[in-house]
Amino acid sequence: MKIDKRQRDGATILDLQGKITIGEGDVALREAVHEAVGAGAVNILLNMGRVRTIDSSGVGELIAAYTTVTNRGGKLGLFALPRRVLGVLQITQLVTVLDIMQDEDEAVASVS
Amino acid sequence: MSAPSRQTIRLSVGSRYENIELVLAVVDEVLEPLDVDEESGYWMGIALREALTNAIKHGNAQDPQKKVEVALEVSADGIEVTVEDEGSGFDPAAVGDPLAPDNLLKTQGRGIFYMRKFMDKIEYDFGAEGGTKVRLHKKFGGPRAGAEETREERNED
Repeated sequence: MKIDKRQRDGATILDLQGKITIGEGDVALREAVHEAVGAGAVNILLNMGRVRTIDSSGVGELIAAYTTVTNRGGKLGLFALPRRVLGVLQITQLVTVLDIMQDEDEAVASVS
Repeated sequence: MSAPSRQTIRLSVGSRYENIELVLAVVDEVLEPLDVDEESGYWMGIALREALTNAIKHGNAQDPQKKVEVALEVSADGIEVTVEDEGSGFDPAAVGDPLAPDNLLKTQGRGIFYMRKFMDKIEYDFGAEGGTKVRLHKKFGGPRAGAEETREERNED
């Protein structure tokens, strides 16, 4: 999985591209979030628009990221989820826990 | 190309995560002539990914010397996938409900749930001398579990 980091209005945005699956994508996500937090990021937004698939390990990594960021008093949001990726989160009722937003503007506004 | 009435394909792979993609690529090839709709194929792929993950991670503890045996039984009506590891087995009933409030924020424990959701039936079989065998069944043309439930849940939101 490829991850690019950028800043917008005080939020750190991670643009994710590829698969968040065991052995590669999950590790890359963990490292990117830890690196961002280590660099001082408080509010982190995950751009899911180019995530092709996610498995239970990837879902676990999203939850780990959510816990890491919120335990430090920050916010972790997800936006632009493809239909099937959203479906994987809906089936396990994680849409009730994670902050999921339609698009980047909404996500940035939610943490500004 | 017309598909044979029934075919069986067996694969034996080492316990490395990259082999998940290899098995899934073979499954895609097998399903291609059967005209399985993309949506069903996608959700089956997620379920199979979870079965392979469990075999590699929990069953064989990522020991590359230990093999994961995969058997695909495919017909025009459906597919049965068997994934077998060399681990010491486990009690499926002891796996917690990932929807329970106490489990919702756990980082593990959703793989079997996804398998059950995205396939028609899954069965476990534990060998007397160790090893876990999971069989996943999916009829073609039946309800598209993942997609349908996704829509239902979206409507309830």
